[in-house]
Amino acid sequence: MCQVDEEYNEQLEKRTVPSVSQRCVKCKEGTAALIIRAGDAFCRGCFKDYFVHKFRAMLGKNRLIFPGERVLLAVSGGQASSSMLAQVQEGLSRNAPKKLRFTPGIIYIDEGGACGQSMEEREGVIAELETMFRATGYPFHIVHLEQVFDLPISVLEAVSSAPQRPEGSYKAAVEQFVQNARVKGSCSPGEGHMDPAVLDAQIQLSHLDTQDLANGTPPSSLQHQQDLERLFASVRTLTAKEDMLQTLRQHLIVHTARTKGYTKVMMGDSCSRLAVKLLSNISLGRGASLAVDTGFSDQRYGDVIIVRPMRDYSSKEIAFYNRMFGVPSIFIPGLDTKAPEKASIQHLTESFVTMLQADFPSTVSTIYRTSEKLHTARPPHSSEMETVAKCLLCLCALDTKEAEEASAFHATLVSERLSEKRVPESAQVGSASTADTVGQCCSSGVGQEGGCSSRGQGCCSSNLTPVTPDLKSLLCYSCRLTIKDMTGVESLPPYIVSEAERRHRRSQMKKEISEFLLDDEEDEVAAS
Amino acid sequence: MAAPIALHLEFGGGAELLFGGVKDHQVTLPGQSQPWDMKQLLVWIRGNLLKERPELFVQGDTVRPGILVLINDADWELMGELSYELQDQDNVVFISTLHGG
Repeated sequence: MCQVDEEYNEQLEKRTVPSVSQRCVKCKEGTAALIIRAGDAFCRGCFKDYFVHKFRAMLGKNRLIFPGERVLLAVSGGQASSSMLAQVQEGLSRNAPKKLRFTPGIIYIDEGGACGQSMEEREGVIAELETMFRATGYPFHIVHLEQVFDLPISVLEAVSSAPQRPEGSYKAAVEQFVQNARVKGSCSPGEGHMDPAVLDAQIQLSHLDTQDLANGTPPSSLQHQQDLERLFASVRTLTAKEDMLQTLRQHLIVHTARTKGYTKVMMGDSCSRLAVKLLSNISLGRGASLAVDTGFSDQRYGDVIIVRPMRDYSSKEIAFYNRMFGVPSIFIPGLDTKAPEKASIQHLTESFVTMLQADFPSTVSTIYRTSEKLHTARPPHSSEMETVAKCLLCLCALDTKEAEEASAFHATLVSERLSEKRVPESAQVGSASTADTVGQCCSSGVGQEGGCSSRGQGCCSSNLTPVTPDLKSLLCYSCRLTIKDMTGVESLPPYIVSEAERRHRRSQMKKEISEFLLDDEEDEVAAS
Repeated sequence: MAAPIALHLEFGGGAELLFGGVKDHQVTLPGQSQPWDMKQLLVWIRGNLLKERPELFVQGDTVRPGILVLINDADWELMGELSYELQDQDNVVFISTLHGG
């Protein structure tokens, strides 16, 4: 293996060293401007065609976005998502046969509150982004991370997926759409498929929208700002912080998509990014949900489907495209900015992958191709959507429900339980499995009042219903680890806590009435 | 003895944070006996421009993996990378593609 790589490297060098005036591999005429993949030099023009084509090919191949559908573009201002926005603009504007036919909107999540940015910095960034978004003419929504404290419980429910469109209906839908457009086009040329009046109204609406947010509650109330600070202060490690931020961001995006009537969300993950995500997710214990976390489409939320159309581009291609063709992007410092290499698992994985990529140019694509082949064992659109237990935070299928006797996970649980029993006080409260969280709540609740008591119940009011609900049993393995890294769960946004309580009540009720229910299996046996 | 050369340096994608948040730098490299190449430029940047955390910009004698280099708007891999001989008025761009800059 090593030998093969060495030979390959030599070959590469031989080809690229005398290449100051190298020609493009595609048109054989233009002067090469950049090298993508091992040794393929492209000129400016060919690179542009290649880049633009790839985006549309990705969407065309997957046939997931129906004509006329409303699609929310998640733009962070960074290079990949800005490039995605530019590609959507390009695809919608020109009158090519492979024109894109959906209706886009933009969402930006302002995470400054979690990353310790000052108010002025955040306002500056938002103002810059607003000009960038306004130039596109698409409706846009600027949402502050603080708004997670206002989210309703419904975010955490995976709505059973919208009626699956039968195979082959895509073609019919496209034809129908093209015909409609032709009829419309004959009376109002120019805008193509979109009615200019509708478009105008949409733009106006979106402006109202953002003005609402900007003026009504300047970024967010002070209370929520403090809540957010407290939440992130209670997370002990950067690894868990990044994971928590990712979870909350995702909830906000899905919620916005639902309330504003979008059925798809586009994320700008590049293949370099996904390769890092794949490896770091494995290290974080998210192996069971790799397929939904890194695949082209992610149907975990049921009614809103996440798609990742940039997953065929490397970050190098994106950076070069943005630079060469003047795609604006904004750099916003995040949690891991200027962090040392080993600050978090995600950060370390990234430097590992990029370092390996520097010596072995096919690293990223190899990892990425692996992610393409992953599938969940259970078909995501099974009819028994309701019965599949989902993780409270990431909404992936629970991998912690029925632990086998001989599994490592079971062993961890047993040893955890044993070590807890040594603390007699906490063991008395509730059952052995909930003792840990309850104990944490009691101890940290003393220091930080408000968190616990503000929800109306005293910390140790009753032994039967733990006030800080036992989150653990509702979480997947990886989210358990994240919660474990928190000093207490009382600073979590209310929607998470109340949903946990609701799920507990429900399972308790189910247990109580279970004697009176007909067992499903018995039923089936009887029927057959 | 080569004459001093003027360069336009640009940092983006978060790399500018290591240079006091300034993206564009107009610099003049002093004259020296042999012509300036990229390798020497990196040493010069490290000594004269870099404000903090040099390990986040240079590693060994080259740039940190994940930071792209463009010389006159072309990939530096086409120009011979570290051995490229800098000319007067060259435009060198460093773009970080790493998460968080």
